[in-house]
Amino acid sequence: MQPASSYILSATGIDKIFPGAKALNRVDFSLRRGEVHALLGENGAGKSTLVKCLTGAYRRDGGRILVDGADVDPQSTLEAQNLGIGTVYQEVNLLSNLTVAENLFLGRQPKRFGLVDAREMNRRARALLAEYDLDIDVTAELAAYSVAVQQVVAIARAVDLSGKVLILDEPTASLDTHEVAMLFRIVRRLKERGLGIVFITHFLEQVYAISDRITVLRNGQLVGTRETADLPRRDLIAMMLGRELVQEVAGEHGAKGEAGPVRFRFRGFGRKGHIQPFDLDVGAGEVVGIAGLLGSGRTETAEILFGAERADSGTAERDGRTLDLSSPRAAIREKFGFCPEDRKVDGIVGDLSVRENIALALQARRGWARPISRGEQDRLADHYIKALDIRTSDREKPIKLLSGGNQQKAILARWLATNPDFLILDEPTRGIDVGAHAEIIRLIESLCEKGMSLIVISSELEELVAYSSRVIVLRDRAHVAELTGSAVTTDGIVEAIAASAGRADP
Amino acid sequence: MNTTLKTYAVRLFPQVAALVVILLMVSIAFPGFFRLEMQNGRLYGSLIDILNRGAPVALLAIGMTVVIATKGIDLSVGAVMAICGAVAAACITAGYGLAMTLLITIGTGLLCGLWNGLLVAVLDIQPIIATLVLMVAGRGIAQLITEGAILTFNDSGLIFIGSGSFLGLPMPVVIWLVFGLAVALIVRRTALGMLIEALGVNRRASMLSGVSTGVLLIAAYVLSGLCAALAGIIAAADIRGADANNAGLWLELDAILAVVVGGTSLLGGRFSIAASLLGALIIQSINTGILLSGFPPEFNLIIKAAIIVLILVIQSPRAQSAFVFLSRPQAAASKTGEETK
Ligand SMILES: Nc1ncnc2c1ncn2[C@@H]1O[C@H](COP(=O)(O)OP(=O)(O)OP(=O)(O)O)[C@@H](O)[C@H]1O
Ligand SMILES: [Mg+2]
Repeated sequence: MQPASSYILSATGIDKIFPGAKALNRVDFSLRRGEVHALLGENGAGKSTLVKCLTGAYRRDGGRILVDGADVDPQSTLEAQNLGIGTVYQEVNLLSNLTVAENLFLGRQPKRFGLVDAREMNRRARALLAEYDLDIDVTAELAAYSVAVQQVVAIARAVDLSGKVLILDEPTASLDTHEVAMLFRIVRRLKERGLGIVFITHFLEQVYAISDRITVLRNGQLVGTRETADLPRRDLIAMMLGRELVQEVAGEHGAKGEAGPVRFRFRGFGRKGHIQPFDLDVGAGEVVGIAGLLGSGRTETAEILFGAERADSGTAERDGRTLDLSSPRAAIREKFGFCPEDRKVDGIVGDLSVRENIALALQARRGWARPISRGEQDRLADHYIKALDIRTSDREKPIKLLSGGNQQKAILARWLATNPDFLILDEPTRGIDVGAHAEIIRLIESLCEKGMSLIVISSELEELVAYSSRVIVLRDRAHVAELTGSAVTTDGIVEAIAASAGRADP
Repeated sequence: MNTTLKTYAVRLFPQVAALVVILLMVSIAFPGFFRLEMQNGRLYGSLIDILNRGAPVALLAIGMTVVIATKGIDLSVGAVMAICGAVAAACITAGYGLAMTLLITIGTGLLCGLWNGLLVAVLDIQPIIATLVLMVAGRGIAQLITEGAILTFNDSGLIFIGSGSFLGLPMPVVIWLVFGLAVALIVRRTALGMLIEALGVNRRASMLSGVSTGVLLIAAYVLSGLCAALAGIIAAADIRGADANNAGLWLELDAILAVVVGGTSLLGGRFSIAASLLGALIIQSINTGILLSGFPPEFNLIIKAAIIVLILVIQSPRAQSAFVFLSRPQAAASKTGEETK
């Protein structure tokens, strides 16, 4: 054992009790100087809760926290910041109506003659973001930017704040490969400066790429802490799940089923300023994957197909019959479903229960005058809580109290409950643990076997390759390539993205 | 069924408790407070008086609850009351029949609500600003209708709405009880309640789930307009005239207060019409109690404010979690132990 003083942060016997659930049970966690420590576990294992106890966002119900060997008891995130602990929480919690620069320097704005020196603040903000290759207008409202950009801003702020410890709770969930590489470069630099870094993720490749040690939680209990180098992937997964995973996602899912005849046909479908007109055919029982870099128009494609943004050109048909996709409501009537990317803003209805969240879309389609009986709602909720393994103490829990991954599953359940014919999934596995990840992919395959048509948007190319019979590649808000049959490989997609890039900027 | 009853009981407990405590306190200061007597087939007594005087605020609170549940607010209800009172008086004095008068008046209220609803739902104006327009303009409109004077009337039918009785209860009480029950039933027996709550918590997510958010928003403000029309008719019938300057003055604030005391959050979402009605009764009991106990009127507002602050503090999540915290002795002990370090 190393002497205690080599730990920059150590927590022992942390307890956290929520009404109806013990989220943490005597958890020990210690962080060395200059290490990247991955904190892993299934959805709902207690990772975010542990982080929040460490930073004072939650009051812990027991246990000690030492920073540099001295007892501390941060009562608020501000106190934690003053102790040198910078944190990026799982749900971006910046102020979306302030500018990017204001968000970066909130509470510590550069002053001149007692007033905020906006010019200096903007200059520093630009310099800070330049390290992340992010060249944006720092005087614009944060809300104007995508989740990914907001995530980078949150990271930049936390990095800048952290003198000793940096905690990153699923920071890479909405970042693409390029941005992840950038983040890792910065993390390595901080590590050399002797900071301790806590890193939560469900991407195991990233764990092996950057972490020195791994701590695994399961059901609020510590399973163990290991050196990353001594822990093979299989064993790690077994630690997390408490069982062996039968099969991890791989490109080996040979049988993608013969795509049925074309059922949905879009021609010249587009909207100015959002996505250029595109043609798209989707067969019954077919999964069409959509790939592209962030901001390439993936989410815009989904929104226009679902009527969240109304198409201003083109036609949509189902078996030769024109479809009305003028609004989400109209699209839902045509048996469309859309599981959005940004679950906090577009997905969950936070104060309502898991049951109501699952029943919502079905109820909206039936209309207000035909309520789903309470018994039926209970049955529906119980069914999906079991089928998708949503971890919640009961179905009446407000959905905002569920862990991130479990919220994601509940939103998926909302759409499955409507039994759609055409389902659009925008990053369906974001924030989902390894076990559930495999489950969801199996689910997508079984939906498709039942004859559902699916559009799946994902930045995880292996996953796309596993279930898509075709992959559309997007760039600069246009559909630029389509891969079919044996061309659907990760390399093929990467090449298509790169090739179209070459063509776009000569 | 049993569990839903239990959730209702838990939900309404703070309001019922507050009401009981206030009534008991008043009855100590004023013996005979609980006495009821029957005269000419109508009940009389201070309790009945509270129910009767509280009618306008109770009615307004019904619509306000639904509007607030959508994350909105309706500042115009007091002014709409004045408009509707003026319209009713003008129609009846112009010789229209009672039915026609009521129809036109209620139509006016619905129109006012529709205006607010369109501003909020279609033009996407912030509710507080959107309804401020009518709050300011409404009294002017009412004054135009009454031509600046108090428009009195003598129609026995219209007066009956203000001071008649039905089944022993004053008409205003019957109206708000029946109307409140009807709205609560409609909202809870259909899916409207859940859809409104979803809309109030997250409008965009609800829209993406297929909820007709625009229609629901407009409907909420229309309902509020309807409530204001009913309250306006009662207020005018009660004084047998339309007073454009004073009818419904500041009642929007009492209505909002009733909703808040009823525990519905101004941030939208979960709502309870029953709790808001109890809130309206709490406010009216305080008013009546202060009057009866003979404090000089200057004190009324201050005492009222103090009592309301107390109720709000008791209801606040922080106070409640502190309560839960204190009632878990061993956890509390270990925590304080840590804090003293
Ligand atoms: N405020 C709260 N009230 C009640 N229960 C809560 C609250 N916050 C979290 N929980 C519960 O505590 C458990 C742990 O949640 P936590 O968010 O820590 O999980 P996690 O490991 O971060 O999962 P994920 O990978 O999905 O983000 C979950 O079962 C969750 O429902
Ligand atoms: Mg989490």
